[in-house]
Amino acid sequence: MMHIQHEAEERHVLTVTVDNEAGILAKIAGLFTARGYNIDSLTVADITDNHAVSRITIVTHGPRSQIDQIHAQLERLVPVHKVVDLTEVGPHVARELALVKVAGVGEKRVEALRIAEVFRARPVDTTTESFIFEMTGAPDKIDSFVALMRDLGLVEVGRTGIVAMARGPEEA
Amino acid sequence: MTEERSGASILVESLVKQGVEFVFGYPGGAVLPIYDALFGDERLRHILVRHEAGAAHAAEGYARSTGKPGVVLVTSGPGATNAITGIADAFLDSIPLVIITGQVPTGLIGSDAFQEADTVGISRHCTKHNYLVKDPADLAAIVDEAFQIATTGRPGPVLIDIPKDVQIAMATWNDGPIQRHQRYNPRTEGTSEEITRAVEMLANAKAPVFYTGGGVINAGPRATALLRELQAKTGAPVTSTLMGLGAFPADHADWLGMLGMHGTFEANMAMNQADLILCIGARFDDRVTGRLDAFAPNSEKIHIDIDRASINKTVQVDLPIIGDCAVVLDQMLTEWGTRKGQDLTEWKARVDGWRERKSLAYPSNAQAIMPQLAIERLYELTKSKDPVVSTEVGQHQMWAAQYFPFFSPNKWLTSGGLGTMGYGLPAAIGAQCGNPDSLVIDIAGDASIQMNIQELGTATQYRLPVKVFILNNEWMGMVRQWQELTYESRYSNSYSDSLPDFVKLAEAYGWKGIRIENESELDAGIQAMIDHPGPVIVDCLVHKETNCFPMIPSGAAHTDMILYGDTVAGTMDDEAKALV
Ligand SMILES: Cc1ncc(C[n+]2csc(CCOP(=O)(O)OP(=O)(O)O)c2C)c(N)n1
Ligand SMILES: [Mg+2]
Repeated sequence: MMHIQHEAEERHVLTVTVDNEAGILAKIAGLFTARGYNIDSLTVADITDNHAVSRITIVTHGPRSQIDQIHAQLERLVPVHKVVDLTEVGPHVARELALVKVAGVGEKRVEALRIAEVFRARPVDTTTESFIFEMTGAPDKIDSFVALMRDLGLVEVGRTGIVAMARGPEEA
Repeated sequence: MTEERSGASILVESLVKQGVEFVFGYPGGAVLPIYDALFGDERLRHILVRHEAGAAHAAEGYARSTGKPGVVLVTSGPGATNAITGIADAFLDSIPLVIITGQVPTGLIGSDAFQEADTVGISRHCTKHNYLVKDPADLAAIVDEAFQIATTGRPGPVLIDIPKDVQIAMATWNDGPIQRHQRYNPRTEGTSEEITRAVEMLANAKAPVFYTGGGVINAGPRATALLRELQAKTGAPVTSTLMGLGAFPADHADWLGMLGMHGTFEANMAMNQADLILCIGARFDDRVTGRLDAFAPNSEKIHIDIDRASINKTVQVDLPIIGDCAVVLDQMLTEWGTRKGQDLTEWKARVDGWRERKSLAYPSNAQAIMPQLAIERLYELTKSKDPVVSTEVGQHQMWAAQYFPFFSPNKWLTSGGLGTMGYGLPAAIGAQCGNPDSLVIDIAGDASIQMNIQELGTATQYRLPVKVFILNNEWMGMVRQWQELTYESRYSNSYSDSLPDFVKLAEAYGWKGIRIENESELDAGIQAMIDHPGPVIVDCLVHKETNCFPMIPSGAAHTDMILYGDTVAGTMDDEAKALV
């Protein structure tokens, strides 16, 4: 009898600088599916004035050897300029933006607003029976905030996925 | 000279500029403007295949046998999808191709238009790079970059999808040098620390083996010459993957033969017992390593490869060197200087001990032609002509690799990575185009040859004197062998029923057909094949149930080879069955 074996896994944050050409996102996302890699989060936006270069932040998990392969496979794509494994490089800042809609009245509404203040989440839309909070922070902080809102009338959550950058003065 | 030209015309000029001699293609609605631009143009020779997979394989055969990139031209939709198998084949075997596909007009893309397929999407993961051209003004630069990408770094197929309106629309073209951003710059050289360390490891090794692959062939004849030089300095035994055959001469005293699943006993034992493996342009493929945790357990490993993604993919190595095989070998030779390596007498005595097993010795048979013998005779009778040999996929392919020795690169064309039945005939056609004076032979199986049999017509049309030598065992022999060894001889759908009469089939296409039924006819049949100036099919009836050995069953270690004469249990556990 045969059973599928699993290996120990690590979570890594990669940034990928690419030529902003047609199909590039499909190429990168497709590489992950074609080779059986995981994408936990992927964000992309162009970062130059002429829209020629985009920066993609990918959070992935997998066995160590697979993370190295992902790095190498990404680098092999012609439109890819640079791949940085921020988890390898060292301390880095990882931030995510979330919009959290909470509906409720009375006691729960007051409590939601109070917790939002503690988390530095800002109401960006207000009605008499609801708020949309905007919050930026490390993903686990957003997780905690969303968890607390669950009992206070959570309606929906939208998250951007992570953008990340190495700490210190240098470009990673 | 600067002038307005159509996209189709710019494409043709760009191909000419790249020095393209042959275009392997098949027309259709979405490439009519390109075909019109080719009409009457004497600078490019268009070879009209009979199926687009044939075009891609022919381009592969041309590329592999000449060292130049192969060019394919097919229409949108079914033309492109038919070519995909050949493109995927070139991707896995690192063969430089540039494939031009027609596409529906830009405005219709995404509308499920007639003969629309998402060619860029479909080919994304079996090309090294691909493009959808939106403006004929970009074409010259795209073609120029496509050839650079296809031929440098780790070679591979690059696809250019050109919508029909882009082929017709005009753009300014000039015949000057092409201005474009240089964004593809693969690393070709090892660092001096890497080279010093590699040479030290090699000089200290008491039991070294060179494990070479297709990368040595891809790096050009210079890599082959340097490999031989470095081997001469060290005296190390040399083995090769299927793709690397020909890089090292098969009559050399230190040649071990091919390694891996159907490799020789001495090659696999030497890999298993070596203290240092110098891997040059090979990629530790599963057909080569067998069971990973038992692969070369006591050795340090150096891996020279142009593709960083090949390093530590399956096997962890001690010293990776990213670079072109020729450049790195040259660096190593310079660093080696007048050094003396270790005394390898003891190691070579052990290797000789393994050679004693004579793992390629096969039983004789009075009733039927042994397929191995047929290959040996084919070699003996053709060797003076230094032939180019292609193969299909199956037992005959492995027998060709085992019993047909090669002495120089670019003579051996086989589908290694993808293992594509139907590769051999079109590849031979492409090779014959590029080597008009060579004897080109496709060593085929009865099942495989039927996969692109329509290409017989192509050879007839262009008077290409290719030879197809079928080892006809009336079975999908390799499948039958696996079923015998792992599924208790339950031969599910592996019998080659309703085979055509290959001699009549040859004749129907204007080829010569020869049948060889007995050993007594073998030499004469082969000679008649060689002597005939045109294309020939030889239907060589061989012993039907012969298995291909040595064999490392999938999931087994190099030391668990099955040799001729071993009794083999007819079953396997589920773990082993689940392996490819
Ligand atoms: C396109 C394709 N389909 C299926 C296979 C699986 N396959 C590998 S070998 C083989 C049998 C080949 O039979 P034949 O050409 O007669 O060669 P033999 O093994 O008998 O020498 C098959 C079906 C393959 N390699 N390629
Ligand atoms: Mg057969």
